[in-house]
Amino acid sequence: MSTLEIKDLHVSIETEQGVKEILKGVTLTVKTGETHAIMGPNGSGKSTLASTIAGHPRYTVTSGSITLDGEDVLAMSVDERARAGLFLAMQYPVEVPGVTMTNFLRTAKTAIDGKAPAIRTWTKDVRDAMAQLRIDADFAQRNVNEGFSGGEKKRVEILQLELFKPKFAILDETDSGLDVDALKIVSEGVNRAHAEGNMGTLLITHYTRILRYIKPEFVHVFVDGKIAEQGGPELADRLEEEGYDRYLAGSASTAQA
Amino acid sequence: MTEVKEKAAENAARLGAPSIDGFTEEGERLSPAPVATGPLGGDAAKSHSHGGGYGIPDSSRAGRLTSYRLADFPELKGTEEEWRFTPLRRLGGLHKSALDGAAPAVAVEAPEQVRVETVGREDARIGSAGIPEDRVSANAWEHFGAATVITVPAGAQLEDRVLVTLTGAGPAPAAQHVVIVAEEGARAVVVLNHSGEAIVAENVEIVVGDRADLTLVSLQEWQDGSVHASSQQVKVGQDAKIKHVAVSLGGSLVRLTPTVRFAHPGGEAQLFGLYFADAGQHLEHRTFVDHAQPNCVSNVLYKGALQGKDAHTVWVGDVLIQKQAEGTDSYEKNQNLVLTDGGRADSVPNLEIETGLIKGAGHASATGRFDDEHLFYLMARGIPEDVARRLVVRGFLNEIIQKIGVPSIEEHLTQAVERELEAGEY
Repeated sequence: MSTLEIKDLHVSIETEQGVKEILKGVTLTVKTGETHAIMGPNGSGKSTLASTIAGHPRYTVTSGSITLDGEDVLAMSVDERARAGLFLAMQYPVEVPGVTMTNFLRTAKTAIDGKAPAIRTWTKDVRDAMAQLRIDADFAQRNVNEGFSGGEKKRVEILQLELFKPKFAILDETDSGLDVDALKIVSEGVNRAHAEGNMGTLLITHYTRILRYIKPEFVHVFVDGKIAEQGGPELADRLEEEGYDRYLAGSASTAQA
Repeated sequence: MTEVKEKAAENAARLGAPSIDGFTEEGERLSPAPVATGPLGGDAAKSHSHGGGYGIPDSSRAGRLTSYRLADFPELKGTEEEWRFTPLRRLGGLHKSALDGAAPAVAVEAPEQVRVETVGREDARIGSAGIPEDRVSANAWEHFGAATVITVPAGAQLEDRVLVTLTGAGPAPAAQHVVIVAEEGARAVVVLNHSGEAIVAENVEIVVGDRADLTLVSLQEWQDGSVHASSQQVKVGQDAKIKHVAVSLGGSLVRLTPTVRFAHPGGEAQLFGLYFADAGQHLEHRTFVDHAQPNCVSNVLYKGALQGKDAHTVWVGDVLIQKQAEGTDSYEKNQNLVLTDGGRADSVPNLEIETGLIKGAGHASATGRFDDEHLFYLMARGIPEDVARRLVVRGFLNEIIQKIGVPSIEEHLTQAVERELEAGEY
């Protein structure tokens, strides 16, 4: 059983107009076996939370803490966080020229486990995981994400999730840009990883449709860098019907007052 | 009614013969540019490249001076188009000294059929593929003593590579001359391996006979402080193939100028290059493909990595498609990866096309930093920073190594690149 604990997290970025605060005090605890959905309108800070947990250099934590089983995540480098068991499925996976998927997956697995995977079982694991996600076998010999479509990139992110077996998976708008079939395939992958029982999931999404396939126990609504409301799955149903307008209208009227 | 008429007129315009001067149904025949007044003439000429104006010899590769006599080449100022990137002070006097030092020692390891000879200046094969195109090359031509001639006889299909080792004899400026002949229908791989310490100007003449298929790999793995200027000129016969691979890793200053000339139609040339410059190194490659014959194919791909302060690489790729070279298919590309602050990569593709009746002519150049987003992606998968950098560089350069097609050389180069990476500062 592991715990990822985020306490009163404040995060800012540098823009051309100066320093801008994006997260304004976020507190959230995720435990092994739990699935939390983070929902909210564009620009509310959902993806900033994901990137900050992973350690992207663009984001500066000004106060607050992130701990993994009591260890200070903010003190770790990006690669140390991954080796500690955090996995970010990225919204926009980059193309890495010159590095084949096969080579990349093996190198990452070796780094995360601290030892090279056994060749025979590893090759089979990769092949099987690719087949389940309907990724063509020839992708193994292609460069990481190079020339992949948006949907293929997302499937390859989930492929890594299944192979690396993290303690916590943060899915940053994995559903965006996917058609219904791809959404189902990707969701099944996440559910398979979750069903092994050793992973907590933080599912960041703008839309409710992925929640038809991945069922969260907890739903948090982000508005303007803070959690505006939280609840169970019924909150997602309500968002489906009402959208985010009532949060935005509220903040607009507050601003006017 | 009006509508219908307009549509009909459109169709007629689309289907009819083009009325623009110089266009035919097959393509475009370029009319000569008006010397001073036209958009391609006078000061406007080549504003995006770096030559002079139309009609000035310097502006076209076709107009560049070639001569066996040193005296025909004016002394270098460093501002000449072909020398403007080269630090002349670091050239070890190759452009102005009498090159009377001992030339690098030549040792050849070759299958039995291959003829290896050491010949004097009067040998008929000297001058069969090349004529100096710059002052340093002419200086080497004027001063070389004996030449090494390596001949792969007609029809020979060599299983094993020919390895020519050139070992530097010290820091006295020297001249070297090598002639490689693949006779009609021969198939071979020849490797020139330059190592040791040297200050040397070299001419390599490469004759690829009709229907021959030659791979020539020139490795520059000199010791620190070495200076190497090498003019490597290839003459390609009817339906013959040349694959020329330049690999420059060691030496203070390396300047390689591979030139390919098609002597007959149907030839095919592939020019590949790989270079890895460390702090203070100057590695320069200037390729030239002269399409003077119809229906020839050329493809140029050079890739380089730079790390450390004042690492400097230069790639200038000239392709000239002459008026008579109809059916030409050519492409050239240079990519550089700058790994640290303080390096400089110059990349200049020059394409001159004198006929529109070609299959293709393209060029591309991209110089990028190893990107923070690449690094973040790999590190977010647990891969430490130094491993991530190596992974990317290795992959980047591997594209060239894989094209060599000789396992022993590929293995050797993979290890050489690893050593360069280990020597890096990160």
